[in-house]
Amino acid sequence: MATEQMDGGRALIRALEEEGVEVMFGLPGGAILPVYDPIIDSSIRHILVRHEQGAGHMAEGYAQATGRPGVAMVTSGPAATNIVTPLCDAHLDSVPMVVITGQVPYAAIGTDAFQECDTTGITMSVTKHNFLVAEAQDIPRAIKEAFHIATTGRPGPVLVDIPKDIVDPANPRSAMEWTDDVEMDLPGYRPATDVDAAAVAAAAELIRAAERPILYVGGGILKARAAEALRQLAELTGIHVVTTLMARGAFPDSHELCLGMPGMHGNFTAVTAMQESDLLITLGARFDDRVTGRLDGFAPDAKIVHVDIDGAELGKVRRPDVAIHGDCRLAVEALVAEFTANGTGDADRGAWRSRISGWQERFPLAYEAWQPGQALKPQYVIERLRDLNPDDTIVASGVGQHQMWASQYWTFDHPYTWINSGGLGTMGYAIPAAIGAKAGMPDRTVWAVDGDGCFQMTAQELVTATVEGFPIKVALLNNSYLGMVRQWQEMFYEERYSEVFLSKDVPDYKLWAQSMGCEAMRVDDPDEIDAAITKANEIDDRPVVIDFRVMAEEKVFPMVPSGATNSDLVVPPSQADLPR
Amino acid sequence: MNINDPEYRYHTLVVTVENKSGVLARVAGLFARRGFNIESLAVAPTDDERFSRLTIVVDLESSPLEQVIKQLDKLVNVVEIRELHPGYAVERELMIVTVGAEPDRRDELVEHLDRAGGKVLSVGADRMMLSLVGPPDRVDDFEDLLRPFGIVELQRTGRVALAVLDEDA
Ligand SMILES: Cc1ncc(C[n+]2csc(CCOP(=O)(O)OP(=O)(O)O)c2C)c(N)n1
Ligand SMILES: [Mg+2]
Repeated sequence: MATEQMDGGRALIRALEEEGVEVMFGLPGGAILPVYDPIIDSSIRHILVRHEQGAGHMAEGYAQATGRPGVAMVTSGPAATNIVTPLCDAHLDSVPMVVITGQVPYAAIGTDAFQECDTTGITMSVTKHNFLVAEAQDIPRAIKEAFHIATTGRPGPVLVDIPKDIVDPANPRSAMEWTDDVEMDLPGYRPATDVDAAAVAAAAELIRAAERPILYVGGGILKARAAEALRQLAELTGIHVVTTLMARGAFPDSHELCLGMPGMHGNFTAVTAMQESDLLITLGARFDDRVTGRLDGFAPDAKIVHVDIDGAELGKVRRPDVAIHGDCRLAVEALVAEFTANGTGDADRGAWRSRISGWQERFPLAYEAWQPGQALKPQYVIERLRDLNPDDTIVASGVGQHQMWASQYWTFDHPYTWINSGGLGTMGYAIPAAIGAKAGMPDRTVWAVDGDGCFQMTAQELVTATVEGFPIKVALLNNSYLGMVRQWQEMFYEERYSEVFLSKDVPDYKLWAQSMGCEAMRVDDPDEIDAAITKANEIDDRPVVIDFRVMAEEKVFPMVPSGATNSDLVVPPSQADLPR
Repeated sequence: MNINDPEYRYHTLVVTVENKSGVLARVAGLFARRGFNIESLAVAPTDDERFSRLTIVVDLESSPLEQVIKQLDKLVNVVEIRELHPGYAVERELMIVTVGAEPDRRDELVEHLDRAGGKVLSVGADRMMLSLVGPPDRVDDFEDLLRPFGIVELQRTGRVALAVLDEDA
């Protein structure tokens, strides 16, 4: 076995290289300084961010676009606390990510040393696992275990906290012996993968018998890289598919069996078909409250088949009739094999199909046409973006109305083209996530769809994009408001608008973007939208920001008011009187 | 005690964890974050120095046992979880207690103690320190018996448990 004397800092970078890390996002400081020195000689590209939250979201965007774990490295104390939001975001959306934080020297831990914080304590509940490494010799194993845990089972963020003395070559505690094959020591970590054949057979029986089945597909299908298997299953059985906010693109929106997004701002057909279903074939989804609405009124007649790699999801919210604990791709492939061998049954689904197509005809997504004198229609801006971009364009989104319109009006025909913050709903996610996606997929067009509130939370990362050479494009749906909150105040607080108006003209987004090295445009007139998008797509040497001035009064429809059941979906005014 | 009694609120989990710093915080943090209530908790090393054993009595009024077990199982440092059905577990708890023991009541006190199988640890002018090891409900009963004497100080360990041995095995 090859061994080599080394210091902990070099061993840390070497261990990252061995994991195949090509790019990482970070910002140095005192405690992590010794690890930044070997980066100069490393094959790993380091992207210097402007705020550690940006590093975390970039790592997430990279992971969501490529399927490979995102890596971020920051120093101790305030840097560690700055990356807590992305950790929590990745935890809720099951994003594989490894975050390395510097820590004060081991002997100083617990003394309230300068820039000391209890990083593993603070992040315990927002990571899949975390480590505080005590000895230099343990660094390679901790890194190996971190990547293993982050990427297997239900993926998630893992944090590795590294005291300065074990990586500082000037300190004898950093001396260690590198060996090529370190063994992991994780006696309590046994992620499930294989699926139980009897459970698959029982699920197949329920599916054969169902007259109103729906494939309820969540982000787990993407994590399992099962989009192709899902398509086979849907086509073989002829069962319609809904894709949750985390699963947009897992099944092509333009497929005739695709019903689109369910949930609080889902389209009428997706929401209603789930509600009226007699069998929800739940694949890597978790009955989130944004999907179910009021739980006791959710899909009252539906039996449940639930496939998840995380056993704790099975029965957490809704009791399954058949639970399949394991990898979604294996489960879907097993169902495909079962139906191919033994047939899909002869349940009569004609009536169901015609109800679905009736809903689709009567209740398409709809908004009122633009009138002269009005600001832009945000939905129309998304439609033009969609139509003027290649269909493998990656769209990263912020959180708010613009996020819902992007999810609703874009046509996602490919997996891993939609990157957003679903579980945590983190404003400011779009720009850094788009940069991370571009870092992982440099040949793809990457658009961030952002709100003006969100933009102001993380816009400084456009400096990173310019300086590091990531020509992302930002469509800013600027309505001068914290629009989503404004919508709730309009609908549920008697139009009493409290602290939601940002400003009509401050900041000047165009000047701001230009000062960060971006090409910038402002669009007020619908006739200028196409030209601006076309121009943006021609620019490939720097980021582009388009400030689209959109209507503040526009609301996201349909909507399930919070506390209501999905049967009480509010449709746009133009559809309010139609028979359901 | 009837194990099929739906009213039965408490369930004992014997959890083997890696003997690493912070593991107890992870378990306690999980219970706090998910709103699971702990009735009692005992922690001790096992015969294998890599592992420790937690005996956790869970209050099932707060959440279904299945969720508690599944969430615990997701902790990377949790190696094994054994669920001990009430009635199929041997449970023990240690109590040490200082009670008032005026000379004229000492005989009575010692009589109770002998019947329960406890020990005298220390004798003072008007107090005695006693200990008792037993099934938790017997420890409860003994505590009730002592109350009229005046409990000065009392400490219980929380229960530890192992599964009843299978006669066929
Ligand atoms: C960090 C954070 N703070 C607050 C919120 C609550 N919130 C949700 S949407 C929203 C408004 C977002 O405004 P903007 O980015 O302008 O998007 P719009 O809804 O106007 O499209 C707010 C404040 C949040 N999700 N995240
Ligand atoms: Mg806004």
